Amino acid sequence: MAQAVAHGGGHVTSTGTSNRKLMMWIFLGSECLFFGSLIATYLIFAGDVIHRGVGPFPHPVTINGEHHEGILDIPLTSTSTFVLLMSSVTMVFAVYGAQHARPKMMKLSTLATIVLGVVFLGFQAFEFATFYHEGLTLGTNLFGASFFVLTGFHGTHVAVGALYLASLLAASFRRNGLGHEAGEHMEIAGLYWHFVDIVWIVIFTIIYLIPSE
Amino acid sequence: MATIAGTLTQPASSGIWSWITTVDHKRIGALYGVTAFIFFMWGGFQALLIRTQLAVPHGVVIDAKLFNELFTMHALTMIFLAVMPLGASFTNYLLPLMVGARDVAFPRLNALSYWVFLFGGLLLTSSFFFGAPDGGWFNYAPLSSKQYSPGPGITFYAVGLLILGVSSLMAALNFATTIINMRAPGMTMMRLPVFVWMSLIISFLLILALPPLTVALLQLLFDREYGTHFFIASEGGDPILWQHLFWIFGHPEVYILILPAMGIVSEVIPVFSRKPLFGYPAIVFAGVAIAFLGWAVWSHHMFTTGMGAVPKTIFATNTMIIAIPTGVKIFNWLGTMYGGSLRLNTAMSFSIAFIALFTIGGISGVMHASPPVDMQHQDTYFVVAHIHYVLVGGAVTAIFSGIYYWFPKMTGRFLDERLGMLHFWLWFFGVNLTFFPMHYLGLLGMPRRIYTYDAGLGWGLWNMVETIGAYVLAASILVFVWNFFKAMSQPQTAPANPWDAATLEWATSSPPPEHDFDVVPVVRARDPLWHDRDHGIEPAQPTGEHIHVPPPSYYPILIAAGMTVMAMGPLSHLALTAIGAVIVVYGIWGWALEPTE
Repeated sequence: MAQAVAHGGGHVTSTGTSNRKLMMWIFLGSECLFFGSLIATYLIFAGDVIHRGVGPFPHPVTINGEHHEGILDIPLTSTSTFVLLMSSVTMVFAVYGAQHARPKMMKLSTLATIVLGVVFLGFQAFEFATFYHEGLTLGTNLFGASFFVLTGFHGTHVAVGALYLASLLAASFRRNGLGHEAGEHMEIAGLYWHFVDIVWIVIFTIIYLIPSE
Repeated sequence: MATIAGTLTQPASSGIWSWITTVDHKRIGALYGVTAFIFFMWGGFQALLIRTQLAVPHGVVIDAKLFNELFTMHALTMIFLAVMPLGASFTNYLLPLMVGARDVAFPRLNALSYWVFLFGGLLLTSSFFFGAPDGGWFNYAPLSSKQYSPGPGITFYAVGLLILGVSSLMAALNFATTIINMRAPGMTMMRLPVFVWMSLIISFLLILALPPLTVALLQLLFDREYGTHFFIASEGGDPILWQHLFWIFGHPEVYILILPAMGIVSEVIPVFSRKPLFGYPAIVFAGVAIAFLGWAVWSHHMFTTGMGAVPKTIFATNTMIIAIPTGVKIFNWLGTMYGGSLRLNTAMSFSIAFIALFTIGGISGVMHASPPVDMQHQDTYFVVAHIHYVLVGGAVTAIFSGIYYWFPKMTGRFLDERLGMLHFWLWFFGVNLTFFPMHYLGLLGMPRRIYTYDAGLGWGLWNMVETIGAYVLAASILVFVWNFFKAMSQPQTAPANPWDAATLEWATSSPPPEHDFDVVPVVRARDPLWHDRDHGIEPAQPTGEHIHVPPPSYYPILIAAGMTVMAMGPLSHLALTAIGAVIVVYGIWGWALEPTE
């Protein structure tokens, strides 16, 4: 069995990938199941909400001749989705900067990623507050319950990611920055950040873009 | 037989602070083992109370409410605080040695897993002071709702299991990375000891099965504390959703409980048959098949929920199919012993008993794989019989086998064989006396989870027999504990490989030095020590190069404390969750920045 040297890492590993990177990949596998279960819960209740007739509803719907407006603001959330997607672009630049010893590029791009992520969270907070004032809470109906729990935990993951990146950014200002494994540290953070972004694309598609019934 | 020079060193430092800050997988394995065994005795005590109450009709020892708490906590204690951590104890201690590494991939994460387990277990157990969970370990809705369970018990259940799940997940990530990425030169996947294969498989089972449970627990917590109605039918929710999410975790969980035990047996039987394991590839692939198929059977716990004929047929068929790879393993263990030169010491006796007792448990399991039969078995003592034959006759029996087998390696001393055989026979007799009559009682109609029963039903005699059996089991444990302390007072005289075993942990001293191996072994075949012995290959000599040992750290215990404070938020005030989060973040920063050289 060939022993490959891990790129940038100190230890020789059986696969050639560093332990940290391998563990991040496996962890993301468990996160797939986590978000998958939350999304499954949302889908299970999606049709029921209409049948029970207890609003607010996600999309415009007519029940017993009565027309109800949907509560979701698709143009607004499309904007925040774009913001999050752009944060993935800046993340790619940050990883590139770290891997090619361009600290200024890395720092600026990391900062941009954090800012864009926080802007996304700002949009989410605004959306949550608006829905609350329009009468949708955790307890109103199963759309409220499954929507807030799913997007809330996603937002928590974005916030943790922003904190993670902010920690890396702060550490990069030390005397020897992120050290000689800077590329790998940023790459692993990038894996997490891109994963959270991809989960959002799935959530956005299922909740916002696909009208229920 | 030549052994690699390993010194019987003292640990780098002693005293309680060295244990609190240890990142050495051997010490963490010992911590897991001792803690889990204490929880095992606590779970056993709860069982004794249950059995004492049920010994006679109209028992007056325990009232109904405490009884409900006892059977709930007995199961939670035994599953999450005893059997799983005992498996983790073996994996922790042995895994790096067996693959030829010097520690796991992330030593501090390993320590963190232990401290989170300890604090989570204490948090869950402390619920007895406030109102323990009392809805059964599977905790079905709507009984688990605030309306029907207004006390704090079910919230303790939710936060306790969330914390314990984090501990198990971190350990699983660590073990999987170690097995995939840190094998010694020449240690290919198909040369790994079966115990390592089983550890890899259950690590992936944990990684994939814990998230649905996490979601179920979070949804339960939100239902109880934050106004949602995920499982409340009157508001549009679905109690059956809880059952699906729980059992999608719960079924792989039982394979998580049994596969390490099967791994232990696969290590012990070849050594004391003086014969290599029969059909190694088949045993490995059977383990993978069991893990894979285990995802497709969860609703066999739900046959009586009105699912409809098509789903029931599919789940029943898949459940029966799983018996096939299980049978492959059984026959391969028998095939290993056949024609071998058997040494029937305590370790081997427990392993052989495992085969018999687990098979009995498996047979009753296949019986209720049939939905119409399960209609009769569901919620009767027949299921209790099945569970305990596979878990007590299976998992715990194998764990004892492992303890007697690896005790010399871990401590440098031998457990007394005569006391060991006394422990074994009391155990074997006790398991059968306690759990076999439950098959009969179940078919007579005795339901589960009842705190008493009428006279004149014909149940009294066998309940009394089972209670006596439970006390026989307690006696066997006392014999073991006596044996343990007696052995620990002996000097450390065990050689590196007293059993003439084949795997790499026997290639270093007993106990191993802090750095495990003086020289990282080169692996040329499966059963490397037998191969090298048979081909006259001498072990390599140390080169004198510096061996890096990861330094101790107090951040794991600090972060574990922070996580526990976070978990107490839903139980009292959410401000605790915020405070706990600050401690966790501070701990993570300290961990990231502290030197590791």
